Amino acid sequence: MYGTGLAKGLMLTLRHFVESYIDDLRYGFRKYHHSTDNFGIRQGTQTKGVITVQYPDEKVAVPERFRFVPILIVEDDDHPTRAGKDWCTSCGICAKVCPPQCIWIVRGSDPVTGRPVPDPEAFFIDIDICMNCGYCAEYCPFDAIKMDHDYELASYDRTTHHIHDKERLSKPNSYWRSIAPTRAYEEMLVRGTWEHKDAAKEARRGQSSSSAPSPQPAAQPAASTPRTTPAAESAADASASATAAPPAEGATPWSEDDAKREERRRKALERKARRAAKQG
Amino acid sequence: MDSFAAAPEMPLEFASIDDAIEHLKSSHPYAIKLDERDGYDGIIVDADQLLNIARVIRDDLGFDYLSSATAVDYLGEGDHMEMVYHAYRTSGGGALVFKAQTDRENPTIPSLTSVWRGADFQEREAWDLYGIRFSGHPNLKRILMWEGFHGHPMRKDWREAYYEEDQKPFDSRWPGGHVHRSEEKNVFGKNVSYPQDIDLNRLMDSSESAVYESLGLGVDIERVMDKDGFETNELVVNMGPHHPSTHGVFRMVLTVDGETVTSLEPVMGYLHRNHEKIGERNTYLHNIPFTDRLDYISSMGNNHGYVLAVEQLMSLGRRYNPPTYRCEALRVMMVELSRIVNHLWAIGFWLNDIGAFFTPVLYFIQERERILDFFEAVAGSRMMCNYMRFGGLFGDLPERIKSVTNLTNDRVRDYNTMQFLTEMINERIPRTIDELELLLTQNEIVLERSVDVGVLSADDAINFSAAGPLLRGSGVAYDIRRAEPYSIYPELDFDIAVEDEGDMYARYRVRVQELRESVRILRQILPRLEATRGESIWADGKPGAYAPRVPHGEAYGRVENGKGELGYYIVSAGGRGGSANPWRYHVRAPSFINLTPLGHMSKGHKVADVVGILGSIDIVLGETDR
Ligand code: SF4
Ligand code: SF4
Repeated sequence: MYGTGLAKGLMLTLRHFVESYIDDLRYGFRKYHHSTDNFGIRQGTQTKGVITVQYPDEKVAVPERFRFVPILIVEDDDHPTRAGKDWCTSCGICAKVCPPQCIWIVRGSDPVTGRPVPDPEAFFIDIDICMNCGYCAEYCPFDAIKMDHDYELASYDRTTHHIHDKERLSKPNSYWRSIAPTRAYEEMLVRGTWEHKDAAKEARRGQSSSSAPSPQPAAQPAASTPRTTPAAESAADASASATAAPPAEGATPWSEDDAKREERRRKALERKARRAAKQG
Repeated sequence: MDSFAAAPEMPLEFASIDDAIEHLKSSHPYAIKLDERDGYDGIIVDADQLLNIARVIRDDLGFDYLSSATAVDYLGEGDHMEMVYHAYRTSGGGALVFKAQTDRENPTIPSLTSVWRGADFQEREAWDLYGIRFSGHPNLKRILMWEGFHGHPMRKDWREAYYEEDQKPFDSRWPGGHVHRSEEKNVFGKNVSYPQDIDLNRLMDSSESAVYESLGLGVDIERVMDKDGFETNELVVNMGPHHPSTHGVFRMVLTVDGETVTSLEPVMGYLHRNHEKIGERNTYLHNIPFTDRLDYISSMGNNHGYVLAVEQLMSLGRRYNPPTYRCEALRVMMVELSRIVNHLWAIGFWLNDIGAFFTPVLYFIQERERILDFFEAVAGSRMMCNYMRFGGLFGDLPERIKSVTNLTNDRVRDYNTMQFLTEMINERIPRTIDELELLLTQNEIVLERSVDVGVLSADDAINFSAAGPLLRGSGVAYDIRRAEPYSIYPELDFDIAVEDEGDMYARYRVRVQELRESVRILRQILPRLEATRGESIWADGKPGAYAPRVPHGEAYGRVENGKGELGYYIVSAGGRGGSANPWRYHVRAPSFINLTPLGHMSKGHKVADVVGILGSIDIVLGETDR
């Protein structure tokens, strides 16, 4: 009969309408009294009826992996040896891996020798450009940059507020551990310590310099140690290591690796020339 | 080749791709040569013979579906322009790739619109972005940029405003990264050049006149009046760009006779950002989050197509580990969930378009919310998922979907992930699909609005390169998950949704069927996830490199996305060591190409139906305009 399809649809609408009130009744209108219990149920898979969240009176807390603009991790104030110290070593990987190139880092240098030191002198993120992709946090080898959960960043003036400098970006390690406890724990497992990689390494070295051979050559001067890890990683790709080798650090400008790479490059160019000749 | 020789009577339409190429070589010996560049595929066709050979490819060899036609600028790598075509058979199987080369100075290539009308927009795009002239194209004008635009921005020597370097990462960011804003620089610096005869004070945009001209109307309104006097009953109606029914900033210029549409011209590009140019500046990894922004309703699918294309290239190299089984299962699960989101969204907004304003769509959005919550907990973002990586994923499923309070008034949720998923897949989503059908399938108003409206015949659908539900709603059972399977689809049990009528209602039915098929796939994924619990998502147990090098060659990776066939054509032009940035990064966007038949489908219908027809194609402007 004409109209039955319509009538069925309208019945469904009516059912939804009623169900929305049933749910409210079941939770005794607590939804409107800022009650936190039952929130998970009302938002979960078993709920029926309306699932609206009354923002800003109630907000859905975001899951741990949620990513908003990045923050830089600094050591807590009550840390025994490294209070207030940046976790960032200014290795530059996050700046390279950032798709819209919105990370700007001034690498620190020793005022006396001019050598780079593992400390960012300045660190900027233009959050207007940041696309919240999370790569910086994902690829930072030192767990020093993390994605924040605070998405309420509206401001009246974008020109003065939206380039976050190091001060604005820095958050204590304990903050990160509080907003993402599981992830912080997983990262700890990978690092093998709750401490910063380098701090842990130094501590180990201090204990075991005489007995067990440490993974790093013990003779290496402490100042340049932190660079070894990022440099070793980026040596895998030629373009990265080309920029990673700072001019000031000219102790061994020509290593065996470089020679091999140069050899590979030469061969590749030859092949390319041959190919071009073949085509032309 | 052997099979061809052994069975000469085998019809050519079923010959293997190698045999097909053999056949072409014997019939056109001087016009064809194999593409022997490292990692390249297919044949290079003499541009003069292109049209004939394309006809042979379509008619004799049975490659009736032109999936993608795009240009590459080989500046410094041979200094020529190249059009690359990927033709497929709708009966399934791989691509016949053919290319035509032309010089960079005065690039001209015959248009294939007379063979495949689906080449229409794609050739216009190549003209717009590369400046290749297509002789014989009926309507060769810019499509994404405006008519007065100077230059062709995808050319390798064209530089955008605020140009910094050819390739990322930029040196100015580290180690001496003193921040500045691009907008503080002068836009009109050395990056911008004007044609010599231009007078900035008398800038005129000729796009408008071009649009009206192609509709057979002069811009000169007086002329129309002179011809017909005031009694003219042809009227030009501009729908959009800011119109709620166009799903974004999209414009349709209609000529109407009374209420009846006599011709329609889609105008797009309002959201154009030259995604592909950005993609060629980017490294391979940088591009993944950018693909999220194409079809932002189903970013997981976009990720998937792109990583498949790059993995194809990577597999040419020696050090490549294919993704693990668990990784593939997770990918398929995410993609199918996206498809559900996409179809719920498409049906809901299509209903808005035909007048069922927002009640149904809000029911569907409620379900979508659950799926997006899941994406957020797993990938970190609801829509811009950025979840897949070359050879792996961002991360495995978390044990629990759990939040931690941080802001004031934050309310916590905490679910077991697998339980949440199981309940979603086994209860909630099927229930929603049932409700959707109850609400709509037999609804008399829906039937009256959609049956026999916007009809596209099967032959036209293929010829127009329509894809996805638009193609299958016209009775062509072509689904890439079956036609050229990827990931773990071969072992999954599902059917291709297909309806014969080719009207709006058929497309709706196809989407509903696909929703059910997706649920069916997801139900098969769940036990696979349980079985692979604990397996790493990375073949070698650790995440991939942040700056992967991709071997020399070309690849075309395509997936069946919610909106249709999403393809990525990638060229890597590095030496043997590979390249860090793609030389060419092209997106075959279903939302863009599916608009080609819009004018054809709308002819003869009422203005109000045009809105519905557009909704039934299901486009998203982030992908159309790129
Ligand atoms: S990757 Fe990490 S350690 Fe390196 S510069 Fe960035 S934040 Fe600092
Ligand atoms: S989240 Fe992505 S875009 Fe934002 S700073 Fe990090 S890498 Fe760059």
